[in-house]
Amino acid sequence: MRPRSLLFWAGVATMCAWVLVPIWLIAAGAIGGRQGVFLWPKSMLPPEFTFSALAVFLRIEGVGKALWNSVAAAAMTMAFATLLGTPAGYALARFSFRGQNAYRLLILLTRAFPIAILALPLTVAFINWGLYDTTLGVALVHTALALPFAALVTSSLFVGIPRELEEAAWIFGCTRLQAFVKIVLPLALPGIAATGLFAFVISWNEVFAASVLTVRERTLTAYLLTVLSESPLHFRFAGGLVLILPSVVFIFAVRRYLFAMWGIANR
Amino acid sequence: MAGIAIENVRKSFGSMTALKELSLNVEDGEFVALLGPSGCGKTTLLRIVAGLETRTSGRILVGGRDVSDLPPRERKLAMVFQNYAVFPHMTVYENIAFGLRMAKADRTKVERQVQRAAGLMHIEHLLGRHPGQLSGGQRQRVAVARALAVEPSVLLMDEPLSNLDALLRMEMRAELKAVLREAGTTTLYVTHDQTEAMGLADRIAVMHGGRIEQLAPPMAVYRTPATVFVGSFVGAPPMNFLRCQAADGAVAIGALKLACPRNSGEIVMGVRAEDLLPATAGTGLPFEVRVVEPLGSHALLTGTAHRQQIRVVYAGERDVSAGETLHLAPIAGRICWMDAADGRAIEGTT
Ligand SMILES: Nc1ncnc2c1ncn2[C@@H]1O[C@H](COP(=O)(O)OP(=O)(O)O)[C@@H](O)[C@H]1O
Ligand SMILES: [Mg+2]
Repeated sequence: MRPRSLLFWAGVATMCAWVLVPIWLIAAGAIGGRQGVFLWPKSMLPPEFTFSALAVFLRIEGVGKALWNSVAAAAMTMAFATLLGTPAGYALARFSFRGQNAYRLLILLTRAFPIAILALPLTVAFINWGLYDTTLGVALVHTALALPFAALVTSSLFVGIPRELEEAAWIFGCTRLQAFVKIVLPLALPGIAATGLFAFVISWNEVFAASVLTVRERTLTAYLLTVLSESPLHFRFAGGLVLILPSVVFIFAVRRYLFAMWGIANR
Repeated sequence: MAGIAIENVRKSFGSMTALKELSLNVEDGEFVALLGPSGCGKTTLLRIVAGLETRTSGRILVGGRDVSDLPPRERKLAMVFQNYAVFPHMTVYENIAFGLRMAKADRTKVERQVQRAAGLMHIEHLLGRHPGQLSGGQRQRVAVARALAVEPSVLLMDEPLSNLDALLRMEMRAELKAVLREAGTTTLYVTHDQTEAMGLADRIAVMHGGRIEQLAPPMAVYRTPATVFVGSFVGAPPMNFLRCQAADGAVAIGALKLACPRNSGEIVMGVRAEDLLPATAGTGLPFEVRVVEPLGSHALLTGTAHRQQIRVVYAGERDVSAGETLHLAPIAGRICWMDAADGRAIEGTT
């Protein structure tokens, strides 16, 4: 093997280990039974193989509902962030307007606000608006968190699509909207999908706002935070696995679509 | 059918003036080339006609209809972009059909027109492919076919051949000319390549610094440039310009004495490199040869005459070598007299 390809495969192995080892350790903790968690040194295979911890975990009062809330909040965040972020990104990419750079900076600055400081006023406002303790309320806060990324990522997507393609569409009979839908959107779709995925994951993982703004309508992360602190270790691992799996499965499910679309868009 | 009328159009980008008040008429079915160096405002003018750029003032008429404030889709014209701008996510067929589909043409018409346009550009065998699988020349053909498929009465082209290699460019040039002549399409064609403009156009508009310096048929632009700039931009090699002193309505350079339209003062004599013929020693303009470039059918000589550098196309029998002094006489009636101060041709001399 030549040194170049040796280096390449070493890199690949490192990257895989980087992602897979933690996932494997959590999975092993979740399905390895009570003893497996405390075993040291860790063996590659857990001492027993049982879904009992997972099953028990999923049957805990409220987990199902929290899981559903999480999915709903993440889906809403994904929808809001892409629907609002894509036009903002398009405007940033295509139009030059006064204060454009300031606007760009402002978008990022929203992330500089520590949400801990916002928690109290936000709670009060949400109670007044009837959004407190609703999944929609959580989704709105998560949208605020995901939106800056959505706008900036989509804007760089649109910058990468030549303006002339749109202009050609206008010349050959399209309105601005038609040109966007027929030409720009198909080319940007993989990137927009990735942006949506990212928003989904941001919402799925977020715990602070979700804990503060809900009491009964907890998302999974917020729920686990309260429940699992009193549970045995292998139940916590089961909870961790349930948290990780949806994102992994989701990304895995759409990967072929993403690659295929990127393959065309990059040409 | 439709002509294009550009009336007093101006364009500034902030404080930068890209087009100074400019007018241009393209007759129905005519092919006009906008020729000029990079940055002179050709693309800006074309984009204003297309509706892709706003104008600062003036009017654009297509087929007698004022389209100045209409969006591009309502101007009823087609355009070929410099970087092709073929849609990467559509097949060649769908690219060519795009304009027809937008115009809601029925299925048989789409099929017929696409096949015809593809046939004209010799890309029938590529219809099923995506642009990513095509070479630059093939993409160029797709872009032209897409424009031809809508059977436009007005076609705008922005340096459509500049990204092709020399051989392909020559081939495409001939095909374009034939196809457009056949269809009688009114064409406004932007280029910085003077051979392209000369070869294709019915008339050439030579642009410089945001204005049109001359609008005339190719040979008139070549033979009788309106300004020193036009003479030195059009033609290879560029026209020779000799600054001389007029006295009593004539200039004398060496043994050469020519009548000129100024009684006294400085005047510029413009003469093409191939319009200077060898003369017997002691009669013509003394020309000291510094460089000889043999080019097959003729030799290109560079040297000095009247202490200024000029170029001469030499097709004589005898071999010339560097360091020699030749005597040259201009062909009668092929001299352009220019004002020494503003570089414009002096009226009535050509
Ligand atoms: N969008 C723009 N903003 C500012 N200046 C521009 C813009 N487009 C063109 N220009 C300027 O206008 C002048 C003419 O440009 P252009 O029409 O592209 O020239 P050409 O096509 O003849 O090379 C150039 O100096 C260019 O820098
Ligand atoms: Mg240009």
